[in-house]
Amino acid sequence: MTAIIDYGVGNLFSLRSSFACVGEEAVVTSDKDIILSADRIILPGVGAFSDAAEKLFKSGMADVLYEAAEKGKPILGICLGMQLLFEKSYEYGEHKGLGFIKGSVRPIAERVDTSVYKIPQIGWNALRFTQKKSPLFKYTNEGDHVYFVHSYYGADCEDSLLATTEYGFDVTAAVNSGSVYGTQFHPEKSGEVGLNILRAFCEIG
Amino acid sequence: MITKRIIPCLDVRDGRVVKGVNFLGIRDVSSPVSLAKFYSDSGADELVFYDITASAEGRALFTDILCEAARTVFIPLTVGGGINTVEDFDRVLKCGADKVSVNSGAIKNPDLISAAAQRYGDQCVVLSVDAKRVDGSFHVFAKGGREDTGMDAIEWIKRGQKNGAGEIVLNSIDTDGVKNGFDLEMLGAVCEIAEVPVIASGGAGNIDHFTELFKALPKVDAGLAASIFHFGEVSISDLKSELARQGINVRV
Repeated sequence: MTAIIDYGVGNLFSLRSSFACVGEEAVVTSDKDIILSADRIILPGVGAFSDAAEKLFKSGMADVLYEAAEKGKPILGICLGMQLLFEKSYEYGEHKGLGFIKGSVRPIAERVDTSVYKIPQIGWNALRFTQKKSPLFKYTNEGDHVYFVHSYYGADCEDSLLATTEYGFDVTAAVNSGSVYGTQFHPEKSGEVGLNILRAFCEIG
Repeated sequence: MITKRIIPCLDVRDGRVVKGVNFLGIRDVSSPVSLAKFYSDSGADELVFYDITASAEGRALFTDILCEAARTVFIPLTVGGGINTVEDFDRVLKCGADKVSVNSGAIKNPDLISAAAQRYGDQCVVLSVDAKRVDGSFHVFAKGGREDTGMDAIEWIKRGQKNGAGEIVLNSIDTDGVKNGFDLEMLGAVCEIAEVPVIASGGAGNIDHFTELFKALPKVDAGLAASIFHFGEVSISDLKSELARQGINVRV
């Protein structure tokens, strides 16, 4: 069973439906016991980093994630959920993240000419794999397209980098450290390619 | 490199897909959920569901259809039509919509854009503009293109993006339904000032019109159309293969 963490951030309807589509039981929950007893955990998220991080820390959900990661349970952060895995973010100030992934979250606008590369990056972009092979991409090919919507990106995370995408520079597309994974793109909105990434995640561990 | 998007639009009334020609003369086309699945399988990059229902029963039916579509297709869904309040955003986002497009609702209440952007993020708010040439400038029209607001479309779009609209859909009333190609002049004027993605709408009649659009205006991010896809005049897979052949970066 997969637990999709509900901490009051974003709409989880499509995410739950996408797990049903790959034949995996998924529950949307904020119940700590259910989350800790799940086979794997999804950390979703849209919106502002600081709000989401505050909700995770204040609700005690951050501790649940630390405990799960310590047991080696697979965790997948999606979009803002991936960014929350980092040590800190510079989205409107400086905010502490969960710290699973070494690195920080920074504005795309710092790196590109915004008259050419619009912010947010919205749309389908191609995956380019790094040297680090991952079971997450067991069913995915280099160059497959996935759907991105974001204005900030994961920076200085070379050690954890699984895949990038080109948007004026090599933008972090996926990361991994131990049993913790993150995708900047939305697998639940990336058609068959995305469903296959979720299917592969369900087979980890 | 990010790809150019092809977006079919499904106008939905009383649970069925319809399409008007110049906003008049609506005729029935197909079931929204099966059409959405068909488009997604043929390579559509995104879908727009446009609710043109007037009644409360029709609105409830629309949200049911939206939920069913979100259970069936796993590409981004944008919902428009009848979005007047932040509660309307909430209603469709809960059913699986990813983005919400505002048009007349934002004209009546321009604060709607900033209120929704603050709550759901800029990426969630799409400003859809119906514009038409009036006395040498582009005017914003409300109520499905029936009412001239007198507002300048370029100024309105600038204001919309300042307030937090994350994407712009520009529908030219002058070219809509005519099938003679997109309104490159009007789109060019919008691209000059656009800081967020621009989606071109109105006037696509064949594959060449999309090639022409992306070649003439590299700053246009996506092309939206309805009837040419519904009536099978253009298949999305043929369109995308041809765009790729012409050197335009698309997801195939």
